[in-house]
Order: sequence, then C-alpha cells, then structure tokens
Amino acid sequence: MKRPVKRPVKRPPAGPLEYLRRWPLRLWLLAVFAFLYIPLFTLVAFSFNDSKRNIVWRGFTLDWYGKALTDESLLTAFGNSLTIALLSTIVSVVLGALAAIALWRFRFPGRTLFEGAMALPIVVPEICMGVAMLVFFARVLPWPQNLVWPFNLGAIVISHISFSFPFVAVVVRARLASFNREEEEAARDLGASDWQALRDVLIPHLKPSLIAGALLAFTLSLDDFVITFFTSGPDTITFPVKVYSMVRFSVTPEVNAASTLLLLLTVVLTVVALRFQKPAEIAH
Amino acid sequence: MSSDRRPLAVTLAPPLFWLLLFFLVPLAVVWAYSFGRNAGLTEIEISGTFANYARTLEPLYLGIFLKSAGVAGLTTLICLVAGFPVALAITFASDRAKTWLLLLVMLPFWTNLLIRTYALIAVLRDEGYVNFTLEWIWARLGSIWTLPPFVPLELLHNNAAVIFGLVYVHLPFMVLPLYSALDRLDRSLIEASLDLGAGQLRTMLRVVVPLALPGIISGIVITFIPALGAYLTPDLLGGPDSQMIANVIERQFKRANDWPFGAALSFILMYLTLIMIAVQAMTEKRKAR
Repeated sequence: MKRPVKRPVKRPPAGPLEYLRRWPLRLWLLAVFAFLYIPLFTLVAFSFNDSKRNIVWRGFTLDWYGKALTDESLLTAFGNSLTIALLSTIVSVVLGALAAIALWRFRFPGRTLFEGAMALPIVVPEICMGVAMLVFFARVLPWPQNLVWPFNLGAIVISHISFSFPFVAVVVRARLASFNREEEEAARDLGASDWQALRDVLIPHLKPSLIAGALLAFTLSLDDFVITFFTSGPDTITFPVKVYSMVRFSVTPEVNAASTLLLLLTVVLTVVALRFQKPAEIAH
Repeated sequence: MSSDRRPLAVTLAPPLFWLLLFFLVPLAVVWAYSFGRNAGLTEIEISGTFANYARTLEPLYLGIFLKSAGVAGLTTLICLVAGFPVALAITFASDRAKTWLLLLVMLPFWTNLLIRTYALIAVLRDEGYVNFTLEWIWARLGSIWTLPPFVPLELLHNNAAVIFGLVYVHLPFMVLPLYSALDRLDRSLIEASLDLGAGQLRTMLRVVVPLALPGIISGIVITFIPALGAYLTPDLLGGPDSQMIANVIERQFKRANDWPFGAALSFILMYLTLIMIAVQAMTEKRKAR
C-alpha cells in the first residue's frame, strides 16, 4: 500500500512547549472566548436593531441611541456615575500615593498594622462593605438630604474612595520598588527641599503608576454596583443602579444602547491603560 | 532618614485618617451591632448578646451558607478547569499573541458587571437568543417530521443560571493569577521532563501543577471569595431558591429591617474570607521558604 505523500510544510511542527499551536488547545481557547464574548457582541449588535422585541434582526437603526441619549433619568445617572468616578479618582490617587510613600519611606510604630488594614478594603466582600457604608451614613454621619449637585453624591464618593485608594497604593508601591533613592539624596545634596525633591524627583518617577492607579480607580468606581446600591438614595442614582432597576422590569434595546456606550468608554480606558502598562505587567 | 517627623505625619496622616473614619469605623459599627438587639423600630441596643450568631446556625441560614459555599466551589472548579488551558496557552504564546490574548481576557474583566449580567439575561431568558435559535431549529425540523409545539427551555432563574453567570463573571479572576504563576515557571524543568520521556499529561500533573501550586491556590482563593459573596448574579439570574448569603444579608438591612442579625451574617462572611486569605498567605510563605 502506498502512503500518501506528505506535502512540505511551511512551518516546522509545533514544539513541545508551543501549546498555542496544538489544535485541541486552540479549540478550547476558541470556546472560552466565545463564551466570554458572544453575550457582549449580541448586546452591542442588538442595540442597532430596528425592533422593539430585541430578538429578530429587522434592520439597522440608531433610534435606541437617540432614545437613550434623550432619556432624562438615564442621562442623569450617567452624569452622576462619571462625576463620582472623577471625584473619587482624584482623591484616591492622592491618598493612595501618600499611603504608598509612607509605607515605603518610613518606619513607624504600627506600620505592619497599617499595611494590613490597607489590604482590608481590597479583600473584604463587597456586600459587607456595602452594609457598613449603609449603617455609617444612616447612623454615624447622616449625609444631609436634598443637597445641591454634586454634594448630594458625597456619601457615594466617600465610599468609592474607601475601596479605591488601597488599590492605587498597591500600584504605586510596586513602582516605588524601582526608585533609586540616591536620586533623591542627590537632589537634597544639591539643595532641594523635601517638597522640591518630592515634586521634581519622586513624582516624575511615579507618574506611570499614578496614571495606571487613576485609571484603575476610575474603572472601579464606574463599575461598582453593590456598594453604591447601599449608599445611593432616590435622587442619587448611578448608571449601574439605573440599569439594575431597568433590567428588573424588562430587557429593552434602550438598555443595550446605553450599555454599548459604557462598553465603548471601557474599551477606550483599557487602551489608554495599555499605553502606560503592558498587559503582562498588569496581570502580575 | 531625618529625625524630623513632619514628612511622616504629612504622608501618613491623610490615608490613615481616611481608612479609620471611612472604613474601619463603619465596619466597627456593624461589628458592634452584631452583638445588639432591636429595641424599637430604628433603635438598636448593643447588649453584648450572641443571639444573632446563634441564629445564623439555624438550619435555614446554615443551609444558605452551605449552599453559597457549594455554588462558589463549583464555580471555582469550573473556572479552574476552563481557565488552566487558557493560562497555559497564554504563557507559551509568542509575545504578540500574548499581548492580544491577555487583552481579550482582561477586557470583560474591566467591563461593567451589570452590563455583563444584563448581556447574559438577554441570551438566556425565555425569549432570549438561545431559545430563539432552538425554536428556529425546531421549526425547521418540524417541516420534516411532526413535532409538538416548541416549549422554551427555562434557562434563567434557576441555580444553573447562577453558576453559569458566576463562571462568566469570574473566569478572568482565575486566568490571570494562573498565568502569572505559570509565567514564572522554569521552562527547562518542563523540557527536561518531556525529554526524559514523560508525556505531556504526566508532565502537566507531576511537574507543572506542583510547581504552579501557589498560583493555583491564589487563583482558587481569588475566585472563591467574590463568588461566595456574590449579590448581583444570584439576584438577577437566580430563582426564588437560589439565594446566596449576600442576598440574605441585603434583605436583613433593607426589607426585613433586622440590622443586628444582618450584621452577624456579614461578619461571619467576613471571618470566612479572612480565614481563607490567611491560609493562602501561609501556603505562599511556606513555598517561599
């Protein structure tokens, strides 16, 4: 019996460690990514669908975007979310950077305790932190009702800062590890004050981590539902809380459109984040 | 280091103040409430009672704790099985492919949880895309044979939907630490094992898995903890019998208005979380030694 002649292959056969070139693994990857992305793709696709039923494709339309962008309550919620995220990010970056510098630079009594306490907001279950904030703003520090915007968002902003700034501190500390302290000493020898050394030597070195930390804080705040759910009142609805109440009633293309807009914002933020940090670094 | 304490005070005071006032004090108040009892509609008397903790051991609540642990455990297991090959492929991919694959894993991770859950509802509900596709196939088959009318599968509002949703949300939590651990692995050990005649599967089980164990454990802990405390997924995708512990806690603080009991439940959840993290930290330390 004659064996079929093997055609010359362009590439050498897969090496023992080139798992990505083995077909069972490729199939597996394909399945996992299909699982992760098909729901999101359908969500985006049907935001352009010209049908209220949201299931049969009836043609392309931008009507739902028009509807979403003129829906007063949806817009307010979107604006609230962005405002909260922005305010929380600014404070979180400052607090996170200060905490990271304090832990890196100084020895002080209770340092280990402080370090452990800073890790708590990262690990505590969201629901526990949510109820803690609910109780705090109901009993310990009642946030005044009917304040003018954006002060009515204060309770939410404060809660968001509490769970965001420890994340910023982690990112900044990782960067501080690569700082050459002799640079700062040189600056001081040359007559720089504490403040000048901080501003002209340390901060420029930390800049990439400050930006990465800021993007992280912004996304965390924008993404949060549970903790906001416990701190928001009827006139301080954020986008996730609004979507939650809409989803409970029905699935409408308008929600698809609004979600697609937020999805777009996420993609943009991720791309910006990647300009400052490689995915491989973030993953570690 | 200068003996001047001012720079320390300036850098330490703001974050310390914030952490104390806006994180530790709220938690402390909840902790105190967990030893209290309702005295009137809004008043809580902190009497030092353990009655709330005793109540969490009632079969109903113990059952919900066990069920939550089971659901979170199954979610973690599925994530581990599904995620390990993905992490492996990313680790040994070329630099270019690696960047893209990591981006693909991370993008859903950055996407709003509510949007992702909503996307799942749209896929799974009775009039959802899965049922729509099935109905279409059913209709095609119906033109060949006579079939009973199509009944949509109930894919939503049950325990399977909750697990499906939790896996969907937490898969990146598992893949990233696994990748991080596999990436640090000494590749020559794998090559040596393969050269010396062990097959791929045996190398995987006897060399890769033991070496990457700390990463696997941290992936398990990182996935299990948020899955155990999940609120949104069981709330939106689950049915009346798929409540998890977070849903019970929420109800105590809102509709049931029993804060002391809710406080006790949330502190039990917190203790469980902290124990798991401590165990993970210890295994990591032992490995590092």
